[in-house]
Order: sequence, then structure tokens, then C-alpha cells
Amino acid sequence: MKRKKTEPYVRLTQPLVRDSGVLRPATWEEALDRAAAGIRRTLDAKGPEAFGMFSCARATNEMNFVAQKFTRAVIGTNNVDSCNRTCHAPSVAGLARVFDSGGGTSSYQEIEDADVIVIWGGNPREAHPIFFQHVLKAVHRGAKLFVVDPRRTSTASWAHRQLQLEVGTDIPLAHAIAREIIHSGLANHAFIERATEGFAEFAASVEPWTLEVAEKTTGVPAGLIRELAHAYARADRAQLSWTLGITEHHNGTDNVLALINLALLAGQVGRYGAGLNPLRGQNNVQGGGDMGAIPDRLPGFQDVLDADVRAKFDAAWGSSIPPRKGLNLTQMLDAMERGDLTCVYIIGENPVQSEADCEHTIKRLSNVDHLVVQDIFLTKTAQLADVVLPASAAWCESDGTFTNSERRVQRVRKALDPPDGARDDIELLSELARRLGHDWHHTGGEEVWNELRSLSPMHAGMSYARLEELGGIQWPCYSEDTLEPTFLHGRLWAEDPAERGRPAPFTVIEHSPPVDLLTEEFPIRLTTGRRLDSYNTGVQSGGFPSPLRQGETLDLCPEDARALGVVPDELVRISSRRGEIVAPVRLDKGLKPGLAFMTFHFPDEIDVNVITIEATCPIAGTAEYKAAAIRVDKLPVEV
Amino acid sequence: MTIVDIGIPKRLVEFTVDGSTVRVPEGSTILDACAAAGKEIPTLCYGDTLEPANACRVCMVEVEGSRTLVPSCSRKAEPGMVVHTDSERTRTSRKVVLELLASAADLSTTPEVARWLAETGADPDRFGPDAATVAQPAIVDNELYVRDYGKCILCYKCVDACGEQWQNSFAITVAGRGFDARISTEFSNPLPDSACVYCGNCVEVCPTGALSFKREYDKRADGSWDESRQTATTTVCTFCGVGCTLTLHVQDNEIVKVASPHESSVTHGNLCIKGRFGWQHVQNR
Ligand code: SF4
Ligand code: SF4
Repeated sequence: MKRKKTEPYVRLTQPLVRDSGVLRPATWEEALDRAAAGIRRTLDAKGPEAFGMFSCARATNEMNFVAQKFTRAVIGTNNVDSCNRTCHAPSVAGLARVFDSGGGTSSYQEIEDADVIVIWGGNPREAHPIFFQHVLKAVHRGAKLFVVDPRRTSTASWAHRQLQLEVGTDIPLAHAIAREIIHSGLANHAFIERATEGFAEFAASVEPWTLEVAEKTTGVPAGLIRELAHAYARADRAQLSWTLGITEHHNGTDNVLALINLALLAGQVGRYGAGLNPLRGQNNVQGGGDMGAIPDRLPGFQDVLDADVRAKFDAAWGSSIPPRKGLNLTQMLDAMERGDLTCVYIIGENPVQSEADCEHTIKRLSNVDHLVVQDIFLTKTAQLADVVLPASAAWCESDGTFTNSERRVQRVRKALDPPDGARDDIELLSELARRLGHDWHHTGGEEVWNELRSLSPMHAGMSYARLEELGGIQWPCYSEDTLEPTFLHGRLWAEDPAERGRPAPFTVIEHSPPVDLLTEEFPIRLTTGRRLDSYNTGVQSGGFPSPLRQGETLDLCPEDARALGVVPDELVRISSRRGEIVAPVRLDKGLKPGLAFMTFHFPDEIDVNVITIEATCPIAGTAEYKAAAIRVDKLPVEV
Repeated sequence: MTIVDIGIPKRLVEFTVDGSTVRVPEGSTILDACAAAGKEIPTLCYGDTLEPANACRVCMVEVEGSRTLVPSCSRKAEPGMVVHTDSERTRTSRKVVLELLASAADLSTTPEVARWLAETGADPDRFGPDAATVAQPAIVDNELYVRDYGKCILCYKCVDACGEQWQNSFAITVAGRGFDARISTEFSNPLPDSACVYCGNCVEVCPTGALSFKREYDKRADGSWDESRQTATTTVCTFCGVGCTLTLHVQDNEIVKVASPHESSVTHGNLCIKGRFGWQHVQNR
């Protein structure tokens, strides 16, 4: 079967402005003046809260620092966020609530040295391949690997045990594991008494989740649940890792908290080799948040509600940062619909194709009075803009740093010149700041980084020279002559209560099944994920000739395909309560009956987000990409 | 319950290399020790990220009290050991080994080998044309990397990189035995029909250019590959959050090859298909 082949994106090399509805080429002066004028117009008419910044989780720490500074110091709002909202905001929210810090707790080396590894709701063999190499090192050295996933993935094929649960039953499974640990006398009471609070309520709340009840709800045999519970609790050093299978649910933060409860119960956190590790989807999601490109935190994960913290930044920037949280990405989209947010500056993000329910996103962005998009390509989002500013590619055309999933800050270096006509992100922000009355000049990544270091204690010790010498440094790093342990929260094990600090709270959580109900009309559960050679909306990964690429497909198990009377490569109609698309069928024996799978790598061919559900996590604002209800129909025969 | 041994601090071992005393951590090989002391021992099959394969025999040194020469890549340094890296015996051995290798394989793209041949006075042609393996065309069966087995010295590094030591894909292995031994996919299938996932980790460790990236292969073929015009800049992958370290080789403002530093604690020189090959998008101009 032949399908439409999409052309790879070509670099943007000329600014564009919109006149009478059409984007036309413009000079840099004209484009920058227009961009600034639109922002000024908004500020004059509606004030700073009508402005929103979508910063970029792909760009450097330095660029994210400057983007949030622009939002807070030049505009005067905390409305800044990035696409971490669409993936790991629940991880950050959950970890920060319990431990006051939103990062994964261990290093990759510790994964190699663990003796039990649980990977929950993730397929790192394909989505985080080099992380999985560290896992395989551990497996070859004798560690036990448990994989919890509705699909039998290539990751699961390395597992000693796989728990193939029903989509959206993570909380019942976690609760049953907790109950089994408690009832078998394997809870780490010394740790619980000393370093946690709320154990009694938590223990009572999981009491109904016997192995048998959980087996009925989750579809996982009781014996397997018991085995995981015992292995995890008895391990010397257990690692618990998760990805979007946990976070991309309407109750993603609750899912994360349910996993954190297990680590507290078994004392599997705050020690070498024992930890909780969300695997980050994008190169610098971790760094974007650390740099304050989120609505509730200033750089260094410092609370925007803390007056002393604000005073420090205001003194450095001559600003007056509003004493309240800004809008997150989901709330910004809602505010566009209401007409409250009328000026939006998007850097390197493609929300039109990455947000669930994309028609709705287009409508909302079209509702905006002034949209500025800065990107290396004319993406679907950029096509809606009033001003388009061609940017350089962060990872190879600029100097700076990224922060990876083990909190390691590493140097990014300029290896080649951007194409003529494209300009550095930070330079462009500085140009706009100058036009808005702030005397900003961009002299290079290192200067920006040193400003960040002077304001963020957890980055203070990381000079460029030291990052170079040590091959990157994990945060926190408080001074130039110290290094902290590779794991976080060692304080929880301290003898001295003062050093131990705030106890880590257990959280009582209710099970809440997926919002999109399975009914006779929509009887199949659709879940989404990544494949090895492709990446997100495919704008970048579509650019190279991968021999593995097979395009978008609807993956079904052979039983379901037979029942529907469809065969591989046959085009079928896939509909949900929100829309319908057409895609070819592929068979995957790793799926269970009633479960279908698609990626979202090829939106220009088949836009899966037309049918995904937009129900979002109320705490973190992440959409439930992982659980839509669909029906699959044969196409009518053409005559 | 401790299953996994996470190691204890290492003691130092003192021994003699070419008359000078060196101290290295317990467990170091003679080759490690010489490298640390700034002394070059030629080797082809040694890989800093791989377990010694002991295949090429180029790195043989003389250890006093040992009847035969020993491979420095796998022999551990022992206290009081006396090692000679540049004696009559080692020089002769190295010369003959290089002559045999260079007569059986095309070493034209093997770094350093021309110098070693000159230094040892090796003459690969002295076995006559019959010793040379039959020339075979390079296998170009995908857009990402090329296999040119005329350059293969059977060092097994690619097999180890693809196997349990790193990639765990087991797409390439040693087929046949003895004189017929060769590196191959299962049933000699083309790569696209094998278990290969195009991580390029085998290419990263290949010492001779028998495995090479298609871009390099094409540029060599049309005469535009020029290492003297290339820069190597280390940066970080733009795809997933693992944060792999990349070294971008750039010629005329164009990325021509992507490697990864072997000492990186994140990658140990390994990447996935996206980090290794996913750079084309920035160059679509
Ligand atoms: S590219 Fe990777 S998977 Fe393919 S043969 Fe080489 S090491 Fe193996
Ligand atoms: S090389 Fe692969 S595993 Fe490493 S950061 Fe890039 S995409 Fe992730």
C-alpha cells in the first residue's frame, strides 16, 4: 500500500510577518519591530497578564533562563511554561510535593548497581535506549528486572517478570503492592518512623486492595503482584523508573504519588542505588523547569510565592515579579479561548501538533490577537503566527548547557554556523527586550549561565570550566570546590532530626479509571507511545532516512484483527468521541485483546491527536494521551 | 540480600616498563599502564570500552620470565613484573603480525597503521599476490552504514559492541570457522532484514573502516572526505532526556559524522539511531 510521503521540513531563513491574513517575507528590523509593537499594544490595552510565553524544553538552559526572565522582568507576569506540561509535569509535581525537589533521585551508574529494577509505564528500550543500556548492565550482573506495562514491549522482553496491567489501573496495582509489603512485615518501619509521616492513614487506605481484588481490577495475576512486592521491599538497592505511561493520564500526579508511596514504604530512596526516576522525554525538560520556565518556580526551583526569593530576583533584575503563580500551558490555552490571554510568544514548540485534541488548539491559537513564533522550521504552529522569527538549532548551533534525566548539567557547544538568516534565540529575546525599553545585550551562553549561578544556589558551583573538566555535574552543586552525592534526599536517613528536615509524606490516593469510558460504541482502548527511530511530532526525526521507519499504523492484536475482519496494511477508520482518522492496520502480538496502539510521530500524514482525549490532570495539567476509547471500522468499499 | 557486587577501592601495583617504574591501580592491564605512562603500544583489536578480544596480536610485549610474548591488552600488571615493549622479539613479532594483517585486509583507512608499518619495516607484499584475500565489493544495503569486509581483520569488536557488552541486539556475529570465519548478519541477510537497529555502535568501535557511516563512505568515494578540514565538537543529543554526549565532526559547515566520547559516563561511546543519525534536519536548508 502506498501512502502520501511528507517532505522533510526545510530550515527557516527569513522572518515572516502577516499582512491581510497572509504570511510574507520581511526584514529583521520590520519583523522584530512588529513583534515588539504587538506586545506593547497588549501591555497597554490589557496589562501583563494577557501575555503568555511557551518556552522550549529542547533549547538550552541559558535560553530558558532568558525566556523566563523576559516574561517576568520585561513583561511582568509568571505566565511561562513549556511542553513539559504534556509529559512530565506530574513527575515534577509529585516529587516536589513529597521531597521539595522535582528531579529524579539517582544517577545512571546507580541503575547499573541496583539489584532490583522496576520500570513502570515506559518502554526505554525504544524511547530511552542508552538509559536502557545501563539497565541491561545491571541485568547481566544479576539484577532482577520487573516491567509494568499494558503492552508486551521490547523492554518487557528483557524482564524477569512482566505485569501486563489494564490501561489506567496503576493505582490499584501500586496499592496492592503496598498492602502486600505491609502485611508481609516487609515495610521499613525504622525509615517510616523516622523520615515519613501519614503512614497510618496510608496503610488504612490500601487495606481494601487485596491481591485478589487487585487481580480483578488490573488483570495482573496475584502471584506476580506478590512477587514484585517482595522483591522490591527486600532489595538492597531498588530502582523505580517510570515514563509517560504513568504521567499522561487525567490523574497523572496521583499515579506518580502512588509510586512514591512504595519507595517510602520500603525505604528505597535517599540511598546509593535506591531511587525514584522519571525518564525525561525531551533533551532539556529537566533543565527548562530548573531554569524557572514554569509558572510557579523561579530559577533553581525556588518558590515564586516566597517573598524573600522574589526580593532577591527583583533586586538583581530591577523587576517586580507578581506574588502569585502564573498560568500553566493548559490554563493558558483555556485563557486564550476566554479571550483573557491575547498575546502569545512561542519559542520552538509545536503545540498545534503536540497537544491532545489539536483542532481545539488551533481554534484557541487563532483566537489570539498577537502570536509570535520563533522556530527553526515553519511548523504548523508557526503557520498561524503574526510574526515568525527564524532561530538557530540549540544543540549544535549555540553555546550553553542541557540538564539530563540524572540531573547532569552538560555543555552544549556550537559545532556549526546556523544558515544565513537564522539568529540565536537569546539574541532575539534581547532584541525584543531592547525594543520594550530594557537595555539587554547577548554576549554569550557563559555570561547568562553565570547570572543564573549567582541566583540559583543549586547551580552555584557549576562553572563552565568545571563542567568541562568533570564531564558534566549533577545538581545540586552548591560551591566550586564541593560535589554532592550522586543521589538526592540522603538527609532522610540522617540521625539528627534537624538535618533530616521535613518528613516525606505518604499520600492517600483514590483509584480513578480513565475518563474516556469504554462502551459498546467505543469498545477499544487506544494507548500511544514512541518508536525507536522517531521522535514526538516527527519534525526533526522525519529528516533522516531511517530503514526502520514504517509510518503511522494502528496496532492491533491478531485476535482483534480477526474479529474485526481486517488484515495488515488495510486502511481502517478509527473514531473516538472527538473525531476520526484513517490509518493502516499492523499486527502486534504484544497487545492484549481490546487494546490498540498508535504513535504520534507522523501528524502530517495521520494526526492521532484528533482522536486522543483532552481530559487533563487537575494538579499538573497533563493530558490523558494514554487512554482514549475508540472504535475501528472497515472502510466502505469504493465503487 | 546483596546480589550485585559494586566493587571496593583499588590498591596500587608497582612494576617496571622499559626500565622505568610505573604504578597503576590493581586490575589494570599492561596496555592501560603503558598508556597512562605515555608509552604507545600499537594495537588494533583493543577497545577502551570493550573486554579484550585478544585477536589481533599486534600489542604483544615481552615479560621477563615468560617463555612466550604476552598480549598487553589482556595481561594484568603484577607487582614486580618487568616488561619490555620495544625489544628485538617484540619488534619482529609486530612486524610479522602487521605484514600478515596488511596482506590479508585492506588497511588503507586504518588510522596509524601506515606509520607502524614504516616503523617496523614491515613489507606486506612479500607474501605475493596469492596471500591477499579476494577483493569483495562493499555491501551498501541501507542509507545509514556500509560494510566493506575487504577491510575486516576479524577483531570481533563490532560483534562485542552489538552483543551483550553494549547494544544487546545481536544483529551481527561471527559466521564460519578458521580461514572461512567472517562477520555476518544472521543467514547473511541484508541489514534491513536483520535485528539491526542502526545504533552505529559497531561502527564506533571498528578500527579499520570496514564498517563506516554512509555519509563518510560516499564522501570518500567522491573524493570530498577531508579530515584536515574537519572539526570535532562535543555537545549533547537533541532527542530524548537521557542526554547522550555527541561529538559532531563537521566539514565545510556540514555534519559529516557523529561519534560519542568513550569516557562519557552517560554513553561510554554508545548512541541510538536518533543521536547517531538524526541530525539531517538542521541541514535541510
Ligand atoms: S548498528 Fe547497532 S544493531 Fe546494527 S549491527 Fe551495528 S551495533 Fe548491531
Ligand atoms: S542518542 Fe538516543 S538515547 Fe541518547 S539522548 Fe539521543 S535519543 Fe536519547
